[in-house]
Amino acid sequence: MGGSYGSTLRYKSVERLKPVGKHSLIGASGEISDFQEIMRYLDDLILSDNMWDDGNSLGPKEVHNYLTRVMYNRRNKFNPLWNSLVLGGVKNGQKYLGTVSMIGVHYEDNHVATGFGNHLARPLLRDEWRENLTFEEGVILLEKCMRVLLYRDRSAVNKLQIAKITEEGVTISPPYSLKTFWNFSAFENPTHGAEGSW
Amino acid sequence: MFRNQYDTDVTTWSPAGRLFQVEYAMEAVKQGSAAIGLRSKSHVVLACVNKSNSELSSHQKKIFKVDDHIGVAISGLTADGRVLSRYMRNECINYFYSYESQLPVGRLVVQLADKAQVCTQRSWKRPYGVGLLVGGLDESGAHLYYNCPSGNYFEYQAFAIGSRSQAAKTYLERKFETFMESSRENLIKDALFALRETLQGEKLTSSTCTIAVVGVGEAFHILDQETVQALINEFEIAGEEAPADEAAAPDQADDSESSATAADQVTPSDPDVAPMDM
Repeated sequence: MGGSYGSTLRYKSVERLKPVGKHSLIGASGEISDFQEIMRYLDDLILSDNMWDDGNSLGPKEVHNYLTRVMYNRRNKFNPLWNSLVLGGVKNGQKYLGTVSMIGVHYEDNHVATGFGNHLARPLLRDEWRENLTFEEGVILLEKCMRVLLYRDRSAVNKLQIAKITEEGVTISPPYSLKTFWNFSAFENPTHGAEGSW
Repeated sequence: MFRNQYDTDVTTWSPAGRLFQVEYAMEAVKQGSAAIGLRSKSHVVLACVNKSNSELSSHQKKIFKVDDHIGVAISGLTADGRVLSRYMRNECINYFYSYESQLPVGRLVVQLADKAQVCTQRSWKRPYGVGLLVGGLDESGAHLYYNCPSGNYFEYQAFAIGSRSQAAKTYLERKFETFMESSRENLIKDALFALRETLQGEKLTSSTCTIAVVGVGEAFHILDQETVQALINEFEIAGEEAPADEAAAPDQADDSESSATAADQVTPSDPDVAPMDM
């Protein structure tokens, strides 16, 4: 839920998960103003799609590909949208999960992450992800990943949202916090054994 | 239609509220050689008569593949048809580039219709002189559309355009209610029968016609000559020797339906009488 200003976590209630049309959900990392711009592009895209007023609609695969084209073309003009995006959705029973980076690198997988999530969360997901996870099990697994990311971030805030997308639609949870434990004895006197530091 | 003072350009209305140039363009479609389309829930079949200037020349190409899931049969000014096919191919390619999925045929025909409409409202343009039978797939199944030079488009269960298309339409009107649930083979058979109606007693062989199919799980493709001839033989649609063949041959057909159809098929006992004059 954080929006950074340089290395400072300045805005602590930014919603970085948004629904897109009927079938998709986007999650963004990076420059929030660029994400807001991307949301405007997507809103225009979905609007045009709806204006056809026929039985067809853009699914998550189409939205993902559209975003890939946008990100890659901006990168080629040396004026990138400074975001890493995660795009998921369900359409006609088909599940989809993909990611696009600010330079246009894109792929689909059963689990994706942005930034440090690739280093800290993906290994956990690779070990513990299964095709037949229930929603509750999925949330527990994701919370485990988020907890690791929270502990290891020098400027994060303990506040997150989880979103779910099914054939029926999108639900994004209200912000909540994870249970953490900071009472390790080593934290009590951190400079013990390092005379001179503070 | 008689020549009058309101038909010089497309941007002039007649007092009766008609645009004669557009209507003349639709006349051009009627003069072209016949094209027929039919569809079921899962397949679309396009068929057309091959016309060539002389025995020495090849016949005109009237069926175009637009994408794996869309094909078009044209009637009228073939050059206009070729240009519009190129436009359609371009649109499909561009859509796939942006969205990595197929352009729904319903959207393509709207774009085509809007393109045709532009030519009915510019003084420096003329309407396209070609009618297009667009067959394709989208999320909701198989569809057949007819795009008109006027910029109108309609969805059809089955349709025929071009010269002597009325004969085919009469046949299709009798059978169309069965098409939705038809099998692929029966759909092709009905297309061949309908095509034969437009030939007015001439023999139907694989060199006088072209057939193309698209369906769920089957990319748009034009059937090759051997396949078409084999189908004509199987369904005994050749035409001229029809009465004797149909009496003798039903047991050769694979499904009982084709023999039933052969039995009610009205075949001219006198080859000089057009099938629709009953």
